[in-house]
Amino acid sequence: MSTLTLRQEPPERLDLLPVTPLSLSGLSEAEAARLPVGTSRRGLTLGDCFSLSLDGSDTLTIEGGSARLDGVGGSLSGGVIRVVGDVGQRLGAGMSGGTLTVTGSAGPFAGAGATGGTITIEGDAGDHAGGAVYAAKAGLDGATLVIRGRAGDHLGDRMRRGLLLVGQAGAYAGARMIAGTIAAQSVGDHPGYGMRRGTILTGGHGALSPSFVATGTHDLVFLRLLARSLRTISATHADLAAGALTRYSGDLATLGKGELWVAAG
Amino acid sequence: MRPARDRPGQWDDTWRQEPVTEMSDFTLNGITVVDTFAEAFDVAGTALIITNDTAKWAMIAAVTMTGFATSVIGCGAEAGIDCELSPDETPDGRPGVRVLLFGFEPNGLKDQLLKRVGQCILTCPGTACYAGVEGPHKIKLGGAIRYFGDGFAVAKRLPDPATGKARRYWRIPVMDGEFLCEDFVRAVDGAVGGGNLLFLGRTHAGTLKVAEIAVDAARAVSDVILPFPGGIVRSGSKVGARTKGMMASTNDAYCPTLKGRAGSELAAEVGVVLEIVIDGLTSRSVAESMRAALHASTEAGAAHGLVAVTAGNYGGNLGRHHYHLKDLLSKEPAAEATAS
Repeated sequence: MSTLTLRQEPPERLDLLPVTPLSLSGLSEAEAARLPVGTSRRGLTLGDCFSLSLDGSDTLTIEGGSARLDGVGGSLSGGVIRVVGDVGQRLGAGMSGGTLTVTGSAGPFAGAGATGGTITIEGDAGDHAGGAVYAAKAGLDGATLVIRGRAGDHLGDRMRRGLLLVGQAGAYAGARMIAGTIAAQSVGDHPGYGMRRGTILTGGHGALSPSFVATGTHDLVFLRLLARSLRTISATHADLAAGALTRYSGDLATLGKGELWVAAG
Repeated sequence: MRPARDRPGQWDDTWRQEPVTEMSDFTLNGITVVDTFAEAFDVAGTALIITNDTAKWAMIAAVTMTGFATSVIGCGAEAGIDCELSPDETPDGRPGVRVLLFGFEPNGLKDQLLKRVGQCILTCPGTACYAGVEGPHKIKLGGAIRYFGDGFAVAKRLPDPATGKARRYWRIPVMDGEFLCEDFVRAVDGAVGGGNLLFLGRTHAGTLKVAEIAVDAARAVSDVILPFPGGIVRSGSKVGARTKGMMASTNDAYCPTLKGRAGSELAAEVGVVLEIVIDGLTSRSVAESMRAALHASTEAGAAHGLVAVTAGNYGGNLGRHHYHLKDLLSKEPAAEATAS
C-alpha cells in the first residue's frame, strides 16, 4: 500500500487530480515528489506537501486530510484511494472506476460527472454532491456515491445515471435530474425540482413543488430490486425501499417521467 | 412433426438396415440398446427467468410463453421449462421459473423471444422477466418491448447485489402497475438441439410409462428442455415425402402399423414407438440428459414391456453433434459429443 502523509495544512489549494495509484505506480518516490500539485505561482509539488511511501500497489492512502485537497481521485479508473481526513471540492469528479473513500467530509461537487466506481464519504458533503459543475451537461453519470452524513443543497443536480445514497440532504435534491436514483433518509424543500426522469426515495421531505402529483401506493417489482441493491450498502435505506411508500410523479413542468417515493405515514 | 431424420433421401431404400431388435447391439439393464447415435444440431439458445408474486402465476406465464414451441420448423422456436426457482434464486426475491428458448439462429430467436414475451409475459398479471444465462450474443428485449409503453416507459440501471455489476431494466406502465423487463438477454454459443432417444415397446401404456420415466430423468439435468407434449413425441419424421413439396413426412420405418413392409425397422414384438427430444444450452447437458434418460428407461423398461432403445439420425451428414448410445451406457459422465 502506497501512502502520502500530509506534512501540514497546505498554504494554498492543491489539485490532486493526477494522483492515483496507477499514475504513481511507474514512478520512483523522487519522480513522484516532483509532480506539480499547486494551484498558484508558488509551484508546489507533491513532495513539498506530502511525505511519500510508494510500493507500486493499487492502493493509495492519503493520511491527514484537508479541505484544501481538491480533485482527489478525479482520474481514478481502478484501484483504491483512501483519505484519512477531509477533502476539498470535486472529490472523484470524473472518475471512471475503482473505490474512493474519505473518512472525513468533502467539499462541493463531490462525484460530479463520475462515470464508474464507488465513492464513499463517511462524513458530510457540500453542495452539489453528485451534481453538475458549471456548464457541464450532467452530474453523477454512472458511479455510486455514498454520503453517510449530510449533503448540502442541490444534491444530484442534473444527475444522469448511477446511485446516490445519502443520510440527509438539503434543498433541491435531484433538481433537474436526467435519470438515476437517489436514496435519502430525508431531503429538504423542492426535491426533484425540474427533474425529467429518475427516482428519489426518501423518508421525508420539505415543501414539494406543485408540479408533482401523487399516484398512490404501489407494490412494484422495481422497489424489490432497489431494496436488494441498497441492502449491500445501507440496511436503513434498503428498509426504506422495502416499506410502505407513497409515490409522486413529476416534475410535470418538464418531461414528468421522474418519481418521488416517500415513506408513507 | 420433428425435423426430418433417419433417412437422408426420399424412398432410397439402400440405407435401410435389418430390424433393430435383431441386431447384436448392447444390453443395458436387460434392454437392447441399438449401436447407433442421435444426431443433433447447433442452434441459438437463450434462457429467461420469469417471476411473479406466486409460484402459480410464474408457472402460468412460463407455460403460456413456451406453448406452441415443439419444433423450430413449424413453431419458429423450441421452448420449454428448465426448472422452478425459489425466491432466493431470482433477481427480485419472488418465486420464478427458468425457461429456455431455442431457434435456428440469433435473429430468429430474437423474433420469437419478442413475440412470446410481448404476448405471454407482458400480458400476464404481476410478471417480471430477466435474463437467465450469460453468453456472447446480445438480444434486445426490454429495450424493444418498451415501445408498448408509448413513451411512458423508463429505464433503470441498478447494481446486481450478486455480481456487483449494473443491470438495466425497463419499467413499462401497465394496468396492474408496471411490467419490469431486463433490457437485453444473452444467447449462448454451443447450444444444441435435437438430442433424442426412441423407445420401442410392446404396448402403448407401457411404452408411454417408460417414456415418462425417461422424461423425468432427462429433465432433472439442468440447462435442457424437452419441447414436445409432456416431453414426448409420437410423430417422428423423415426427410421428404412421396407427396411433392412436403419437407418431411412420417417416419414410416418406425410406424408399427407399417411393420412387415420393406424398410420397416421394427421387429414383430414392437407395437409402439415413442421418442423424446432434448435441447440444451450445452452439448454436455444434452449428453448427460440423454444418459439419465437412457438409464432410467432401461431400468424401468422390463416391467413395462420395453423392447429396445435406439436414436434418430440423418446418417451423420447434417448435424455436427453425434451422441453415440454406446458412450452413454456408463453412468459416468462421458466426453463431449464427437464432431463429424
